[in-house]
Amino acid sequence: MSAFIEVDDLKFDYIKQDGTSLRAVDGISFRIERGSFTAIIGQNGSGKSTLAKNINALLLPTEGRILVDGLDTADPASLWEIRRRVAMVFQNPDNQIVSSIVEDDIAFGPENLGVDPAEIRQRVRFALKDVEMEEYRRKAPHLLSGGQKQRIAIAGAVAMEPQCIVFDEPTAMLDPRGRSEVLKVIERLHDKGITTILITHFMEEAARADHVIVMNKGRLEMDGTPTEIFSRQDRLKELSLDVPAPIYLARILGERGVDLPPGIETTEELVRCLCQLQ
Amino acid sequence: MIRDITLGQYYQTESLIHRLDPRLKIVATLLYIVVLFVVDDFLGFAIAYAGLETAIIMSKVPRRFILKGLKPVFLIIAFTLVINLFMIQGEVLVQFWKFHITREGVHMAAFMGIRLFLLIIGSSLLTLTTRPISLTDGIEALLSPFKKLGLPAHELAMMMTIALRFIPTLLEETDKIMKAQQARGADFETGNILRRAKALVPILVPLFISAFRIAQDLALAMEARCYGCGIRRTRMNEIRFEKRDLIGAIVFACFLAVIVLERFLW
Amino acid sequence: MSITVKDLTHIYSPGQPQEQVALDQISFRIEDGTFAGLIGHTGSGKSTLVQHLNGLLKPTSGTILLGDTDITKAGTASRQARLKTGLVFQYPEYQLFEETVAKDVAFGPNNLGLSPEETDARVREALQLVGLDYEELKNVSPFELSGGQKRRVAIAGVIAMKPEILILDEPTAGLNPKAHRDILDMVRGIHESTGNITLMVSHNMNDIARMCDQVLVMDHGRLLMDGSPEEVFRRGEELKEVGLALPDSMEIARQIIEGGLALEGTFLTMEETADAIAAALQAK
Repeated sequence: MSAFIEVDDLKFDYIKQDGTSLRAVDGISFRIERGSFTAIIGQNGSGKSTLAKNINALLLPTEGRILVDGLDTADPASLWEIRRRVAMVFQNPDNQIVSSIVEDDIAFGPENLGVDPAEIRQRVRFALKDVEMEEYRRKAPHLLSGGQKQRIAIAGAVAMEPQCIVFDEPTAMLDPRGRSEVLKVIERLHDKGITTILITHFMEEAARADHVIVMNKGRLEMDGTPTEIFSRQDRLKELSLDVPAPIYLARILGERGVDLPPGIETTEELVRCLCQLQ
Repeated sequence: MIRDITLGQYYQTESLIHRLDPRLKIVATLLYIVVLFVVDDFLGFAIAYAGLETAIIMSKVPRRFILKGLKPVFLIIAFTLVINLFMIQGEVLVQFWKFHITREGVHMAAFMGIRLFLLIIGSSLLTLTTRPISLTDGIEALLSPFKKLGLPAHELAMMMTIALRFIPTLLEETDKIMKAQQARGADFETGNILRRAKALVPILVPLFISAFRIAQDLALAMEARCYGCGIRRTRMNEIRFEKRDLIGAIVFACFLAVIVLERFLW
Repeated sequence: MSITVKDLTHIYSPGQPQEQVALDQISFRIEDGTFAGLIGHTGSGKSTLVQHLNGLLKPTSGTILLGDTDITKAGTASRQARLKTGLVFQYPEYQLFEETVAKDVAFGPNNLGLSPEETDARVREALQLVGLDYEELKNVSPFELSGGQKRRVAIAGVIAMKPEILILDEPTAGLNPKAHRDILDMVRGIHESTGNITLMVSHNMNDIARMCDQVLVMDHGRLLMDGSPEEVFRRGEELKEVGLALPDSMEIARQIIEGGLALEGTFLTMEETADAIAAALQAK
């Protein structure tokens, strides 16, 4: 695997109305491999959303550098090329759908990119299939459920044929059914080879990634596999972050004198270990 | 409920009227409106209505749906009727207290009523049978000759698209905010005009904030989808003037001719 | 004040083609002082139900008694009773509108026609109950606060009306884990200090199992279950059929039992499950 995104000592300041600046991201560096699935977790205000917007050049670094597929986000000439390669899905399902008809909305991105009409129609068809919303292509978005709207937004990103999609808390406003629908779609797209970056505060979602980045107060707190990250429960607790349910249970079982082998991550593993213990 | 308003909404079905070139439909609707003001007798209205009726039948839009969307407009029609009925001077037919109804008043009221009714049904048929996107595409195409004069045709069309998209969202939002404030004891129904206007503040402020939030989010989402990247935009469904549009145009032209002839030859 | 709902039915657009039965013959009773939970899918009728409890919606048929007053009847007594139900909507921060926090919280008490002194006292008390500092925030614009603080101010706006029944529709929607826990602790605190009915709508089964005395389950406009968390979550298969999950602590316990380790207990929290596992292993 090769690096698709390289973040090198990124710093980002928001300029407030009174002219003072607020450092949202404070010197972070990491790499994201092509085709990988990275989860970024952290509290509100930890800088994770700011980081995401830097990745597809919606915000530009105050200091430091981000290379996307070898292109520097600070270079105005590559701005649109970066956004074509890195699509983005936002938190609020309503506020990112432009058109009052589903298929017209999905066509919006390719239309902006000047894609040939016949090809746009094909892309829209494939994108709808990817999110399992084919029968809704002529519907009005406001009649759909939150999860369905979010899948339409994802289809809009897919139709741009990006190499990477950044999901900025896509499930935060959804009910459990909507969340699982959207997660299923995200995993399917990752399986199809799309480099996936998922910003979330749901730890069960982060557990599905192959690479987890923990942010705290604008800094990179941890960077590793889910196993590595979730083994540091005490630190996560200090950061007010949860751990997935089976990992938490394994820990409090330890406190009750039940010795379990390290590295338990899923309920299946936990059940197997416990049933062997008896 | 506030969400039931269907005026300006699109009715999804397959029909010849739905498939016509939006530019043709927009121009035809405008001409139809002009012609309604040219007509000066009831025979002319009868012909205009016959044409409209044909279009409604061909569009396959259920009459119930058309009328449901018109409910709020009926008030305007009723108001116009009353004004005309009582205000026109002439030969008195009925008199009571300070009011009198004149022959001219009845005539005028009927005339204006029919005209408004045809006008509103005719123009709502345009939005009912044309997808909002096609409608804005059509407007953009019709306005594009004026681009050279500095008219931002595309931007205007985009604004319309977004407005259409977010009308239902904002209506829903209004409904939610109203209920939330009612739950805090707000009363929108009693008191004089000033009191009622003041009672709107707790609805309007959150609604405006909502609208700004939507605008901010949407602008970012559009930028992320490469809107305004400088490449010439293409369209998934390009408007093409086809044979059926030519036939439609000719039929409509004949219809216009009949009405105009009726006006000047009778 | 108790809630007694009897044969409550609500039909949207009756007689029209889009007619929809949103509530179908719902009956239940919540005793004073109960912390109740209401669960069910989006569209199961939860929102329609809670909007009836403070008179925002009128039932097609059926009665709702708050204490002894039937609020479905017209009249002053009924209007007074409706104001005893405080309803906190989803994302309540979106209804803030005043220039200052104090003014916004005072909106409800002012509508009740209270004296300025009484209003001021209530604003102080409400802000304290939601864990905010009156002196520090009274003159601050609510729009300058963080998301979690805004939500607290909005909840204070309802609490300042001194409702005898507090209904919260997904009070933690869209919050991160820390804010989520903080808001629930706050809700728990308010419930304990007022001793009234609290009815919480939630999608989070862990919270429902941990916090509630009574759980109502809705599906397709019907009341599917009504009982203690133990009773409701014991019927896991039925819950799954209507697309609802078990709390994590129960789901894991169920799988362990299926795996062959006999556990005893209610498993309403992860700690209970851990205790049960430790006990079962020690017994071996």
